[in-house]
Amino acid sequence: MATPVIELENLEVRLGNRLILKRLTGSFSGRAIGLLGPNGAGKSTLINTLLGFLTPSAGTARLFGMDVRRQAKEARGLVGYMPENDSFIAGMTGVRFVRLMAELAGLPPQQALERAHEAFFWVGLGEVRYRTIGTYSLGMKQMAKLAQAIAHGPKLLFLDEPTNGLDPPARQRMIQLIQEIRDRGDLHLILSSHLLRDVEDCCDEVLILKDGRVAAFCNLEEERRANRRFLELETRGADAAFVGDIEGLGCEAAWSGNGKIKLVLPDGVEVRQLYELAAVRQVQIRRLNHKRDSLEDIFLKAMEGANGSL
Amino acid sequence: MAVYKKTYRPYDGHLTPSWSRFLVVARYAYEDLRRSRFLSFFFFASFLYPLGCAFTIYLRYNLGVLDAFGLAPPKSFAIEAPFYLTFLGFQSMLAFFLNAFIGPGLVAPDLANNALPLYLSRPFSRAEYVLGKMSVLAILLSLMTWVPGLALFALQGYLAGFQWTMSNLRIPTALFAGSWIWILILSLLSLAMSAWVKWKPVAGALLFGIFFVASGFGAAINGVLKTKWGHLMNVSHLIGSVWVSLFEEPLKRGAGAVFFRVAFGEEIPIWCCWASLICLCLFCLYLLDRKIRGVEVIR
Repeated sequence: MATPVIELENLEVRLGNRLILKRLTGSFSGRAIGLLGPNGAGKSTLINTLLGFLTPSAGTARLFGMDVRRQAKEARGLVGYMPENDSFIAGMTGVRFVRLMAELAGLPPQQALERAHEAFFWVGLGEVRYRTIGTYSLGMKQMAKLAQAIAHGPKLLFLDEPTNGLDPPARQRMIQLIQEIRDRGDLHLILSSHLLRDVEDCCDEVLILKDGRVAAFCNLEEERRANRRFLELETRGADAAFVGDIEGLGCEAAWSGNGKIKLVLPDGVEVRQLYELAAVRQVQIRRLNHKRDSLEDIFLKAMEGANGSL
Repeated sequence: MAVYKKTYRPYDGHLTPSWSRFLVVARYAYEDLRRSRFLSFFFFASFLYPLGCAFTIYLRYNLGVLDAFGLAPPKSFAIEAPFYLTFLGFQSMLAFFLNAFIGPGLVAPDLANNALPLYLSRPFSRAEYVLGKMSVLAILLSLMTWVPGLALFALQGYLAGFQWTMSNLRIPTALFAGSWIWILILSLLSLAMSAWVKWKPVAGALLFGIFFVASGFGAAINGVLKTKWGHLMNVSHLIGSVWVSLFEEPLKRGAGAVFFRVAFGEEIPIWCCWASLICLCLFCLYLLDRKIRGVEVIR
């Protein structure tokens, strides 16, 4: 079995007298994991702990099986980090900044320079790579931060609010880049964001935190697959007999009386059979939706419940 | 260079040894410093005094040169420990000014621009970061202090002979140790001030304040309370006392050099000087430990 990307075991982090992360436990192996939660839920604290910036007061956290405390350097050697806030080195040109960061990650100077140029072209800043970072716009700084995070070819990429402050085209570009990284399959990424759409667009697993605890963890892909069997029908002329026929196929069905029917298709039953039944009963099926929980539904459910499941 | 490859690709090539990465920070800092004409000029000008000293040593052992120019050789022309102590004092003063220009700019911009999470999210520790920044100062200040000092001693040893060299081995030891104490104090202080205030000009001003204002305050205490313990606030007095003890006890006749001079009768016990300097270094390390972090925790 492959080593999980992140393993948490009763992880507690205390800042001063405040307990921020409360006995987090779980094992995450997804290619792209979204980290969601309201403000103060502990998303940034979790990332900072995984990066070794904060020391756990109890429990352990591992990246690729390496303890972030005892094997901090080895673990950080596999990581790229794009922080949420403005982070750069004043007075440096973009390409020199990324080269320095790649060299600090262990790349020899020549390779670091080559990859810094590549990273800049890849994020779309090739033309401005010799300008000092201080003169970049907010969107360009975000892209430069992404470039420094990937230049050394990490195995795990932490993206903390990567679309912060971006206008719609720039946001779209950032999402595309993240999707491209994800789809290449060379690295895992952890995306922390309060924008559900960003997470939904980029991630296949979502970890929802609330008050320092895991409120929910779900595999979006499985969720989508599982929900594929849930159907919502809008009909004209449906009656109890038609619903009875549907149940006769082995479906669970609920009829609201205004023509709307919700049902679950069991294995072996196809949508085509519903249309055949409707034809026999002379019922018009005007709309058929595969009902699916949006990430918003999942998030809201997690916020309502005290504890989610892992 | 493959700049046409507009794609992301992983890296699985050779990595540099972990121990050498602090030198990356130093290399980039030197590239930045090299662009400053003033600093380059100041640095190279600081070698004028050692050149003068080398010429003096040469003359001491080649008095015939003075005759050739029709000059009378001086009656007493001894080049011993006080000569080297004066050399160390003068060069250390220049080192202080260079440090005041360079030191505050090493850490403050990183903290002001929130760059530490970028450094420390790599396989690069806080200690390596501080070591990298300190090495910038340590190498430059070494080139101004003990390196030319030892070169001068080597020149004199060559001219004066083996016997003189062996009987004066205390001089290079004192030069080396005295310089390193000064370098350590200067670099720790400037990095700590820089990290503390996160603002380059203020950190530079603080550095001057610690040396000049604090010594003035110490002198005021001495004057008002009729004591000599105010010198504990005077870093240059402390280091001057340590140098005198390192070079030779007989130098305790009001020796020291430039602003490191220790006035006769105002010496404080040498262990107090050492203890004060150690406390100062520990305080700087404490400040650096508090400030050099990937994330600042507001409690």
